[in-house]
Amino acid sequence: MTHRTMRCQEALQLLASFLDSELEGSERFDLERHLETCRGCFARSEFEKRLKSHLGELRQRELEPQLQQRINTLIHQFTEQSEPDPT
Amino acid sequence: MREGLLVVVDDSAVARGPWFADEVQRLLPALYGAAIRLTRNDADAQDLVAEAVAKAWLHLTSLKSKESFRGWLFRILANEFISRCRSEEIRSIQEAYDEAAGEEPAFSLFERLHQPFLLWWGANPEQEFLNKLLREDLEQAVDSLPDCFRVVVLLVDLQGFSYHEVAELLEMPIGTVRSRLARARSLLQRSLWRHAADAGLIDSRSPDPKGAS
Repeated sequence: MTHRTMRCQEALQLLASFLDSELEGSERFDLERHLETCRGCFARSEFEKRLKSHLGELRQRELEPQLQQRINTLIHQFTEQSEPDPT
Repeated sequence: MREGLLVVVDDSAVARGPWFADEVQRLLPALYGAAIRLTRNDADAQDLVAEAVAKAWLHLTSLKSKESFRGWLFRILANEFISRCRSEEIRSIQEAYDEAAGEEPAFSLFERLHQPFLLWWGANPEQEFLNKLLREDLEQAVDSLPDCFRVVVLLVDLQGFSYHEVAELLEMPIGTVRSRLARARSLLQRSLWRHAADAGLIDSRSPDPKGAS
């Protein structure tokens, strides 16, 4: 199986999809090969990857005690009422 | 054991009581994290989470499989938020931004910061920039995004949903998810740039060609 050489412009267009794990097949393969050989695109990829990782750190939020209590109360009420309404 | 609360799961039915409670508890920090970013306000975020959990319980019989519970619950949360914010108003803003998106070039923090020749001296401005970035800086940048873009970044970058899942959650074509995400990231990076310039983290003489005002 032969693969073509990807250019920087195309690599950068595909980079976001690649970092989001949305790229498959030959495009993914070609981009990976490109990043192995292109210092500029590799640096860009590392930067975007780290920024995305920082954003991922905002995923969760430590619960406020009053919210935990509120949800506990809600769930207790639900489960005491047997089954949910089939609305 | 209370027999009425036994978890009974098969292909068509979903578990009740304890299963629901366990799943909600497991997802609660992420739901709260998403709600905070959506509403940008702690009291509203707590209301949003509580309403989403209540609605999930009421409609639990419509859940197709327990594996889809996470996406289903986030969908309820997102829909609850959108319905609160008057969906018509959001739609018109979305359309305006989608139209503008095609006209404005993407903003790249990397392109602003990267200076290849400095690598010879061991300097790496873009990585130094990331090192200085605080959680609060990122929260502020995400919060600065218009609702229609914030929700896409939130689902993909913060919560890790796939493009396909987001398209289903928000009931939009996958191409719209891609374009909104690209636009959202451009806006987010521009916001980080401006914030960093204001805070003196970068040389404010480096001009923002689109205008920082």
